Amino acid sequence: MPIQISDKTVKRGFIERVMKLSGQDIYKCFQCGTCGGACPMSGSMDAVPRRVMHMVQLGMEEEAGGGNTCWTCASCHTCTVSCPRGIDLARVMEAIRLLTLRKNVNHVEPSKLEKEEIKRLPQIAMVSCFRKMTS
Amino acid sequence: MSDRCECGVVQQVATGDRAILPEGAKTIPIYVMGKRYEVPETLTIMKAMEYAGFKFLRGAGCRGGICGACPTVYRKEGDYKLYFGLACQTVVEPNMYLAQIPFYPANRAVYEIEEIEPSGEAIYALYPELFRCVACNNCTKACPMGVEVLDYISAIKQGDIAKAAQLSFDCIQCGLCASRCMGELPQYHIAQLARRIYGRYIQPGADHLKRRVEEIEGGKYDEMLDRLTRMSHGELEKLYKEREREPDLAPPGTWMPKETQYL
Amino acid sequence: MKVSYYPGCTLKTKAKNLEESAISSMTALGVELEELPRWNCCGAVHSLAEDDLIHHVAPVRDLIRAMERGSSRLVTLCSMCYNTLARANRIMREDEVKRKTINEFMREEKDYRGEVEVVHFLNFLRDEVGWEKVVERVKRPLDGLRVAGYYGCTLVRPREVAIGPPGHPEILDEFLRAIGAVPVDYAGSNLCCGSYQIVANPEAAVDAVSRILGGAVGAGVDAMVISCPLCEFNLSGSQKGLLEDGRISREVPLFYFTQLLAVALGLEEGACRFDLNDRVAVDLLRSRNLVHC
Repeated sequence: MPIQISDKTVKRGFIERVMKLSGQDIYKCFQCGTCGGACPMSGSMDAVPRRVMHMVQLGMEEEAGGGNTCWTCASCHTCTVSCPRGIDLARVMEAIRLLTLRKNVNHVEPSKLEKEEIKRLPQIAMVSCFRKMTS
Repeated sequence: MSDRCECGVVQQVATGDRAILPEGAKTIPIYVMGKRYEVPETLTIMKAMEYAGFKFLRGAGCRGGICGACPTVYRKEGDYKLYFGLACQTVVEPNMYLAQIPFYPANRAVYEIEEIEPSGEAIYALYPELFRCVACNNCTKACPMGVEVLDYISAIKQGDIAKAAQLSFDCIQCGLCASRCMGELPQYHIAQLARRIYGRYIQPGADHLKRRVEEIEGGKYDEMLDRLTRMSHGELEKLYKEREREPDLAPPGTWMPKETQYL
Repeated sequence: MKVSYYPGCTLKTKAKNLEESAISSMTALGVELEELPRWNCCGAVHSLAEDDLIHHVAPVRDLIRAMERGSSRLVTLCSMCYNTLARANRIMREDEVKRKTINEFMREEKDYRGEVEVVHFLNFLRDEVGWEKVVERVKRPLDGLRVAGYYGCTLVRPREVAIGPPGHPEILDEFLRAIGAVPVDYAGSNLCCGSYQIVANPEAAVDAVSRILGGAVGAGVDAMVISCPLCEFNLSGSQKGLLEDGRISREVPLFYFTQLLAVALGLEEGACRFDLNDRVAVDLLRSRNLVHC
């Protein structure tokens, strides 16, 4: 599916915000794909981490944050330790998540979880999930 | 003790028990919702506001520091910090800058106390936002009663309902904790649930009370009550005046009444 | 020997088996784990944003509690708590600006500059107690039980806080040998279990689990040891479903590593809280005469 990329579609503000929030130079990424291969959750993602990095480089704000990649990420840091350019991808994923969450949009709504499920889950699961998926 | 200062002029102290102050009485400025008022200096915030003409339809209750109706947030001169207190208990200071939060719309879950299980999980299911706590401690800092809010929230997260009930005992449900909470937790409602569960299911019951209720329901006192209700005024008076009474300074265990049937 | 100990919320309820077996094993080894007073939830995950400091307040507060009682070390069992506390500690040690801001925000507490060392139980066991002492105190060696050591993520990533080299950590293997078990190499020892995705996206987490358990079953292990209550929840919770779907061929008995330590030290069953494990776990130990009931 052809995607239009021009100086009109590239959202430079988005790129800057991701870099500032993550502290990472996303232009270092040369699209080797090691992250996507290493990521244990990539099978459930619409776009592997490599592809999302490319989207960030091209300022594709809606696509990067709108897909399910950053929301399926488990913050396992396998990408971070595998990246040959030393990019901390876990931080990049967090930055993309935060740009949505900080608009006061929760990705997971605690009050909508099933009561029986809450009783079954260990506290650690809910604390970590809410930290990563709620604002 | 003389009320004359060294220069021989009588100092009039404005105590606020009269709306028209004595000549020369000193007042201090305070700011209520950004507007400046001159008020007598020994008053509480609540009385100072009433002196200034405010009438409390909400936000006033016991006036004794225990009902939680008058939570107030204020700043002091030249300081960015926020302070929290009850209007009925906090004395005004010059250039105090205040506003009130008589009610905070914190989430309150609906539950049946008779049907709830006495476990941490039951509380989590009703208040899943509990896990949004970031331990920032804003709640503890906001509490006008010195309750260790963060500590009781931690206790509930650890499933220790008894500890949470004991730590939150002094809570007056004013809502200041919830107003400052980053995770949008309704701390005081969660604590109340913990105390209710504790009181109903965990705290050991009073055995002697249970036995007494059984005795009453079993009719042990029926005959005596029946007799008393049928006595005339004169008979009751006589009975009262002649009743057995433990001597005031009797050492414990040394005195027993002659009539022991109803002990 | 006494050492300050940080349990974490889950160890007080759903993962009592991890805590109680650890405390009783340590007692048998001459170490008293002193629970930190007034500790709060550490937050379970480290916040990864440059400007976010509020999420470090919770773990730093716990480190201050340790500092206040004069502890130079804080031992943790839960892997996620270890990771969160250790990474917050590094920030307080290395980033002057963040340290200052966090200390100023936590005005009601003493200032903290990283005085306390965060140590995971396994490192403490190896470095302070020593494998020789463990071997010496083993009363019931595990008789060649083939065990997979599962690290998960938070013990080995990122590099700065890893308890061993991220590519090939060996500390669980050393531990297993010390208690008389046979550590088994298998694919998936530090694959992520799906972590918090089990809450909102359970299929993705179960997929991750299938790879880990598949690797272990493929290597012919008798059991698997874990250190994290979330890994335990994800692995044990997904097993039956995976078995039914035919994605794994058998269930893997799961233990917290401290439970096998307690068994090896000859402690009675009550100290291990097997009532909180799956049936297959106890059945395995019974079949090898490692527990009696």
